[in-house]
Amino acid sequence: MSQGLSSFNPQQPKTAAMGERMAEVKGRSLWADARKRFVQNKAAMASVVILVLILLFAFFGHYLTPYDNETIDWNVLGNVKTEGKPSLANQHYFGFDDSGRDLFSRVVQGTQISLMVGLVGALIAVLVGTVYGAVAGYVGGRVDSAMMRFVDIAMSIPYMFVLILLLVVFGRSIVMLFVGIGLTAWLDMSRIVRGQTLSIKNKEFIEAAVATGVPTFTIIRRHIVPNLLGVVAVYATLLVPQMILTESFISFLGLGVQEPLTSWGALISEGVSTMNYGTLWQLFFPLGFFVVSIFAFFFIGDGLRDALDPKDR
Amino acid sequence: MNISLKSVLFASALAFASPALAAGTAPNGMPLADDQTFTYRVLDEHSSVDPQIVEDVSGSEIVRDLFEGLYNQDADGNLVPGVALSHTVSDDKLTYTFTLRDNAVWSDGKPVTAGDFEYAWKRLADPETASPYQWFISVMGLKNGEAVMGGEAPVDDLGVKAIDDNTLEVTLASPLSYFPLTTTHASTFPSPKWVIDEFGADWTKPENIVSNGAYVLTEHVPQERSVRERNPMYWDNDGTIIEKVTALVINDENVALTRYLAGELDRTEVPAGQYPSLKAEYPDQALSFPRLCNYYFNFNLSDSGPEATKDVRVRKALSYAVNRDIIVDNVLQGGQFPAYTFTPAATANFEVPTVDYATWTQEERDAKAKELMAEAGYGPDNPLSLTYLYNTSEGHKKIAIAVSQMWKQTLGVEVTLENQEWKTFLETRGNHDFEVARGAWCGDYNEASTFLDLVQTSSGYNDAAYSNAEVDQLLAEAKSMDDPQPNYTRVEEILAEDMPVIPIYHYAGVYMMSPSISGSWPVQNVEQNWYSKDLYKVVTE
Amino acid sequence: MLSFIIRRMAVAIPTLLVLLVASFYLMQFAPGGPFTSERPLPPQVLENIEAKYGLNEPTWKQLVNYVGGIVTEFDFGPSYKYKDRSVNDIIAQGFPVTLTYGTISFLFAIVIGGALGIAAAIRQNSWLDYFAVGITIGAQVLPNFVMAPILILIFSLWLGWLPGGGWNGGQWNHVIMPVIALSTSYMASIARLTRSSMLEVLRSNFIRTARAKGLPERTIIWRHALKPSILPVVSYLGPAFVGMVTGSFIIDSIFSTGGIGYFYVNAAFNRDYAVMMGLTILLGSMTIMFNMVVDILYAWIDPKIRL
Repeated sequence: MSQGLSSFNPQQPKTAAMGERMAEVKGRSLWADARKRFVQNKAAMASVVILVLILLFAFFGHYLTPYDNETIDWNVLGNVKTEGKPSLANQHYFGFDDSGRDLFSRVVQGTQISLMVGLVGALIAVLVGTVYGAVAGYVGGRVDSAMMRFVDIAMSIPYMFVLILLLVVFGRSIVMLFVGIGLTAWLDMSRIVRGQTLSIKNKEFIEAAVATGVPTFTIIRRHIVPNLLGVVAVYATLLVPQMILTESFISFLGLGVQEPLTSWGALISEGVSTMNYGTLWQLFFPLGFFVVSIFAFFFIGDGLRDALDPKDR
Repeated sequence: MNISLKSVLFASALAFASPALAAGTAPNGMPLADDQTFTYRVLDEHSSVDPQIVEDVSGSEIVRDLFEGLYNQDADGNLVPGVALSHTVSDDKLTYTFTLRDNAVWSDGKPVTAGDFEYAWKRLADPETASPYQWFISVMGLKNGEAVMGGEAPVDDLGVKAIDDNTLEVTLASPLSYFPLTTTHASTFPSPKWVIDEFGADWTKPENIVSNGAYVLTEHVPQERSVRERNPMYWDNDGTIIEKVTALVINDENVALTRYLAGELDRTEVPAGQYPSLKAEYPDQALSFPRLCNYYFNFNLSDSGPEATKDVRVRKALSYAVNRDIIVDNVLQGGQFPAYTFTPAATANFEVPTVDYATWTQEERDAKAKELMAEAGYGPDNPLSLTYLYNTSEGHKKIAIAVSQMWKQTLGVEVTLENQEWKTFLETRGNHDFEVARGAWCGDYNEASTFLDLVQTSSGYNDAAYSNAEVDQLLAEAKSMDDPQPNYTRVEEILAEDMPVIPIYHYAGVYMMSPSISGSWPVQNVEQNWYSKDLYKVVTE
Repeated sequence: MLSFIIRRMAVAIPTLLVLLVASFYLMQFAPGGPFTSERPLPPQVLENIEAKYGLNEPTWKQLVNYVGGIVTEFDFGPSYKYKDRSVNDIIAQGFPVTLTYGTISFLFAIVIGGALGIAAAIRQNSWLDYFAVGITIGAQVLPNFVMAPILILIFSLWLGWLPGGGWNGGQWNHVIMPVIALSTSYMASIARLTRSSMLEVLRSNFIRTARAKGLPERTIIWRHALKPSILPVVSYLGPAFVGMVTGSFIIDSIFSTGGIGYFYVNAAFNRDYAVMMGLTILLGSMTIMFNMVVDILYAWIDPKIRL
C-alpha cells in the first residue's frame, strides 16, 4: 500500500546510489533515513494526519458540543427513532443513543478509551513480546525451549478466564483492562519475533558480529531488534485494532468500562443491536471512527515497515 | 431497512397464497392448519429435563410437556385435572387424598401409579439426589420434610404415601391453603424409577427417557435445539393437536427477532423498546400480557450497608424520585406496569392495596423527595453518593442509566454504576457488599406469599436484610388464614412506609408470535405455565 | 524429526499438568461458585449438592480425584450446570462442530488470504494490489459481532437463502455463514502478512541474483520466493488455528452452532469447573500440538533452523 502510493520503487537499479550511500554511511543515521522515507510515503502521511485529527477529536471534541455523555434528554428517550436523528440544528451532530443521550459526546469519550486501550495494550504486548521472543530465539537451546514452553502453557490458559479473574479479583479498572489485554497479546508477538530471530540469527552479519566478540545483548539490541522492526511494525498495527476489538469483546461480555463511560466496541455493539430498528446512525458513527482509525493504523504500519526495512539501504 | 419489510411481506404473501387444506377444526372453531409444529426461541440451554433436577424456566417448559403432574393449569391458570382427577382434604386440613386416573401410562406402556409420585417426591427430598429445588419440599410444607432434607430422618418418613395404585395420600406439617397449587410445579412431577435405576444420570437422554406427558423427547443437541414429539401413549393423545415442538437456543434477542421475521420461529421475545414499532408494523403478531414477576432495587440495611440509606427519609426520597412511568413507557415500552407495591397486581386473589405515594403525581413525588433529602441533610453542598449494582444485561443497563439520571437530575445524587457478571453479582449482593442493588422475582406459585415471603427476616432472598417483627408475624399468620388479604395489605403498607426496597415495575410477557398459534396461547396465565398439548395452529390470512 | 516429536511429547505432558493445576487453582479465586444462584440455596441443600460432586473435600484432594478420573477412566467429570450431561458428552457433541467449521474457516483463510497476498505482492501497485489490500482491510475492520448479525440480516431475512442459525448436523447451508464470519479477519491477516513478507523477499539479494540470471518470473516466485516468504505466515497459523477453534464464542453464540466456544466462555461465567477444566485440557493439548506442527514446518522451510 504505502509503496503502492509512494514514488519509491525498490526494483530500480541502484548500484550508483548504493555506492554513494556506502561513502556517507557514517554521516547519516538509520533513523534519519527512515524518517525521510516515511515522510515521502503519501498514504502513511495522510494516515498520520487522520490519526492526529482523531486524537484531537478525542481530546478536544467535547468543546464542540454543549452536551455531556450522560445526561438523558427525557423527550427523546423512547422516541429515539423519530426524535433522535442526527441534526446540526439542535447540535446533536451524531443524534442520540438508545438511552436518549447525545451520541457525539459519547463517541468523543469512547474514542479516548478505545485509543488508549489500543495503544497502551499494543505497546505492552510489543515491548514484552519483542524482548521475550528475541531473547528466546537468539539464545536458543534450553533457554529457548524453556521460554517457549512457558509461552505454550500461557497460551493454553483460557485467557478469557484470566481476564475475568483479573477484573474480578483486582476490581474492575481501566488499568487492569490495559494490563489484562496487553498481557494476553504478547504471547503471539513473542512467537512471531522468535521465528524471525531464528532466521536472522543464521545470517552472515550476525555470525560476523559473534566472531568479533560483540556481547550477546548488544547483538540483540543493535542487530536483531532493528532487523525485526519490519515484522514488528506490521504486527503491531494488526495489534492495535485487535486490542480495540478485544476490548469490545470484553464489553460485549459486560466486563468492559462501566457506564456512563463507553468505548467504540461498546458503542458498536449497541449500534448493531438496533441496526434493524431504524436507528442506523448509532452503528454508523462509532463504526466509521473505528474503521477509519484502523485503516490509518494499517497504512502507518506499512509505511513504517518500508521506512525501517534495513534490507533496502 | 425497508427491504426487510418488503421481503417479509412478499415471502408471507407467497406462503399464504398456497391454499391450506383444513385437516380439522380447532377448539375455537377455526380451521386447523396443516402444519402443526411449534418452534420457539429460548435464551439459553436448559439445565436438565429431569423433573426433580430442573431449576430454570426453559427447562420447566420442556418438563411440563414431557411429564404430567397431579394437576395442570388451564389457560387462565386455574387447576385442572392432570394425572389426578380430584382430591379431598381432611378436617384438620393436614391430609390431602388425591384420586388418580387409571388410564395414564408411561411412554413405555407401564401404568402411571401413585407410587411413581411417592417415589418422585421422596427423590426430591432425598439429600442423595442433591436437587437444587430440594427446598420446594418446604414450600409444599410436607410432613417431616425438613428432617428428611437434612438427612435426620429416613426418606420414608416424608408425608407422602401411595395407598394403592390410584390413591395418593399427602400429609402436611401444618395447614397450607395453597398446597394444591404447588402440584403444578415441575419438581413434583412423577419419575420412572425403573428407568432411573437402569441408566442413572443418563436416563434423560432422548434414547433412554421414559415420560408420561403428552410429548416425548426425541432429539437434544445442547446449545442448539431440543425436539419433543407427540406421545401416542398419552391418555389424551386424541386431544393433542401440535405434533412437534422445537426449542431453538438463540442467545441474542435481536438475532432471534431477525430469524422470527425470516419465518424460522413461531415465537420470540421482543427486545426492550421495540414493542411499539413492532406492534404498529405487525399488529397481529406483537403480544403483551401481564406476568407474575416484579423488579425492584434493594437497599442494603445490613451492618455493611451505607449509613445514608439507613435513614428512611433517604430511602423514600430515592424511591419517590424514580419516575416509573418513564421506565415502563419510554425505556421498556413493552406494556409493563409501574410498581408501587412489591406484589404484582396480576397475582391471583390479591387486591393491590392503595399506598399513598402511588396516588401522587410525579411532580408531587419529586417535590416530596427533595424535601425529604433536605431534611436528611443532603443538598448541593453535601451531595449523596451512591453505587448502584446490577448484573450485565442490556435491559438492566438501560434501567440503571435512566434511574441514575433521575436521581442525579432530581436530587443531585452522584450515582456510580457498577455492573458485574452474574455469579460475581450474586456473590457481591449475597454478601451484602453493595449500596443499592437490583433484584427481581418471579412467583413460584400464584399467591402473594411467593413474593411477600421474600421480605421476611429469615428469607434466603432478603438481600436488603430487612427485618420487621410485625411483617414476620403477619406473614406467618397468613399461611393458615382463609383470607390472608388484610395481612398482605398491611405488609405492603409497612413496606411503603419503611421502603426497604424500591418497587420499579411488574413484568409483562412481550412476544412476537405467529398469528396462527397466538389464538391458542394462554395469555391469561400470568405464570406462563403453558402446555404444548393445549396449543394449536389455525389457518390465517 | 522423530526424536524431536518424542522430545516434544515428553514435555507436553508436564506442560498439561502445570496448566491443569494452574487453572484449577485460578478458579478457586473467582467469586461465586457453580451453585451460587438467584435465590441462595439453603445451606443444607448446598451441602448435599457439594457432597454429591465431592466439592466438600479439600482442594488438593479434589484435584487428585479429578486427575485420577482422567487418567484411569478418561472421565472429565460432570457438568455442574447441565446436570444430565458429563464433560465428555459436551466435548463429544461440541468439539466436532467447532472443529468442522474451524477447519473449513482455516483452509478458507489460508487459500484465499494466501492467494490474495501473493497476487498483491507480485502485481504490486496494480489494481489487483489495491483491490486485495482494500478487501483485506475491509474484512479486518468489521468485527465478528457486527458481521455475523449483518450476514443473518442479508442472507436469512432479506434474501431468504440461508437459515439464520443452528447446526443441523453440519448441513452445508448452516455452515456457510459461520465460516464467513469466522474466517474473514484471519484471511485478511494472512493476506497482509503474506504480501508484506513476499515483498520483502522479492527485494532481497538472492531474488535479484535470480532475476539477473534471467530466470523466468514464475520460477522465481514459486521456486525461490514463496518458501522463505511464508515463514512469518507460518508462525501466525498456529495461534490462528487455535484462535479459530477456541475464539468461536461469538460464532456459537450468534449462530447457535452448539460448538465448544460457547460452552468454554459460559463455563467460566457459570463457574462450571469441570467443563472449564476439561475444555482447557482439550484446547491446551491442541495448542501444544499446533505449535509443534508450526515448529516442524519452520524447520522444513528453513533448514538452517535446527529442531
